[in-house]
Amino acid sequence: MSKNDQDLMNLPKKKFNIMNLIWLVIIVAGLFISVNVTNTHISVLFANFSQFSDIFVQMSHPDWSYLGAVIPLLLETIKMAILGTVIGSVVAFIYSLLIARNIIKNKVVTGILRFIMNIIRTIPDLLLGAVFVAIVGIGPVAGIFALAVFTFGVVVKLFYEAIETIDPGPIEALTAVGANKLQIIWFAVLPQIMTYFISYVLYAFEINVRASTVLGYIGAGGIGLYLQQTLQVFDYAKTGTIIIVIIVVVVLIDYVSSKSREALMK
Amino acid sequence: MDTTYKKLPSKPVDVKKRITHWLIAIVSIVLIVWSCTGTDFGGIKASAAQIAGAIFSGIFHPDWSYVYNGTGEDLISQLWQTICIAFLGTFISAIISLPFAFWAANTRHKKWYASRSGKIVLAIIRSFPEIVLALMFIKAVGPGSAAGVLALGFHSVGMLAKLFSEAIENLEDGPNEAVTSVGGSKFNIIMFSTMPNLMPALISNTLYRFDVSIRSASILGLVGAGGIGYPLIIALQYRQWNRVGIILLGIIVMVVVIDWISGWIRKKLV
Repeated sequence: MSKNDQDLMNLPKKKFNIMNLIWLVIIVAGLFISVNVTNTHISVLFANFSQFSDIFVQMSHPDWSYLGAVIPLLLETIKMAILGTVIGSVVAFIYSLLIARNIIKNKVVTGILRFIMNIIRTIPDLLLGAVFVAIVGIGPVAGIFALAVFTFGVVVKLFYEAIETIDPGPIEALTAVGANKLQIIWFAVLPQIMTYFISYVLYAFEINVRASTVLGYIGAGGIGLYLQQTLQVFDYAKTGTIIIVIIVVVVLIDYVSSKSREALMK
Repeated sequence: MDTTYKKLPSKPVDVKKRITHWLIAIVSIVLIVWSCTGTDFGGIKASAAQIAGAIFSGIFHPDWSYVYNGTGEDLISQLWQTICIAFLGTFISAIISLPFAFWAANTRHKKWYASRSGKIVLAIIRSFPEIVLALMFIKAVGPGSAAGVLALGFHSVGMLAKLFSEAIENLEDGPNEAVTSVGGSKFNIIMFSTMPNLMPALISNTLYRFDVSIRSASILGLVGAGGIGYPLIIALQYRQWNRVGIILLGIIVMVVVIDWISGWIRKKLV
């Protein structure tokens, strides 16, 4: 084999990129810092792994007689999720019309309203739950409020982005024949975005069902209350029952909702 | 004048469609009414408005002395701890997610049950409540941020591996075939076609997950798994509204800044 052929056998050398090296250094440094700050040592996990697996084993022998007590709270959880989704998306619907730039032309108004929206979007669901428990007291009402605000944050952004991408033709046509704002929204905007709206609401409902199952842990109503009670007395068999019920319900609702979203979008 | 011009032609009627629409509408209204039953809205405490006002005024008159006092119990160090929990948790989950993603990805060369079973496993991991996972890890490694890191690391696998597997499904076969056709081995295929094509999607999804993890990490403290959630729940219980205000403000600023940075990196990637 000549020297030239040997060169061909070798793989081409990659160009050296200084940015990649910098990123690598940042990530490694970040790892070291966070291991230090959080004091995480995998060895501790393995040392106490028997305890961890013990809980798991107890959970996998669920106490089915507990099911009767779980079902009413489960229904409450679903009710909370439905109400939270409905309230949140109704508010989000009105709000999204106010921040869509193709409906409200005033950039100052939309800018300020969008800033408020972005702040609400940053607060995590359980934090909202904790704050609302402090405000309205322990019970499902706190959960409903928390879920409504959370839904608002999730849905409003999807809503207004959907509104901004509609075809401007119908709006112009209605404006040309002298329609007012409400008529424009009713006859030009709504028909174009209704399917998206329903699909996003269903999506928010999926997230809310997930979120509502743990809200009870901090006293905001629903099945999470029993989660906390059973964990506090180390009754892992009952915890296992609750978790299995939660997983079944969440997976079921996810499945139904994603199938209906697919049917909608067809 | 002929008035017929003023009338719009009636809409075409599709009976089947109309019936299904009405059915769906009725079912959803029944569901909403059903969920209103049994919820006692009268249970709102009379002091609700007052407390909400106190929290709001707390946000605008925050307890600045809490921001930094060098004890390690102040806002900055707690937020820093939260970020570290999220960072390490995301890193762990990204590593665990890779094999899961290849398992769950529905590619052409696999039997249908392989990817289906992987998807079911991921759905179960996703639905397993994060807080319960955190409590289990607290039992194993003691309360503190280590439990938070591990809980986040394992919980994120459900979502991250799903996103990764979707990225794998979207890969094109062309580069793989090109490497095979010039005599590349299986290892060469992974090194020179799969990984380089997959990398941007992996990094972008991991960054996205980091955004979500930051939010989760600020919650985990509510059960004692480290981070900013713990001082928040304490402040709420002791009704120190000024402190609640500054903590909420701190969380909001942290989330906005992290979202902004990761959004900037993701934009550069694509």
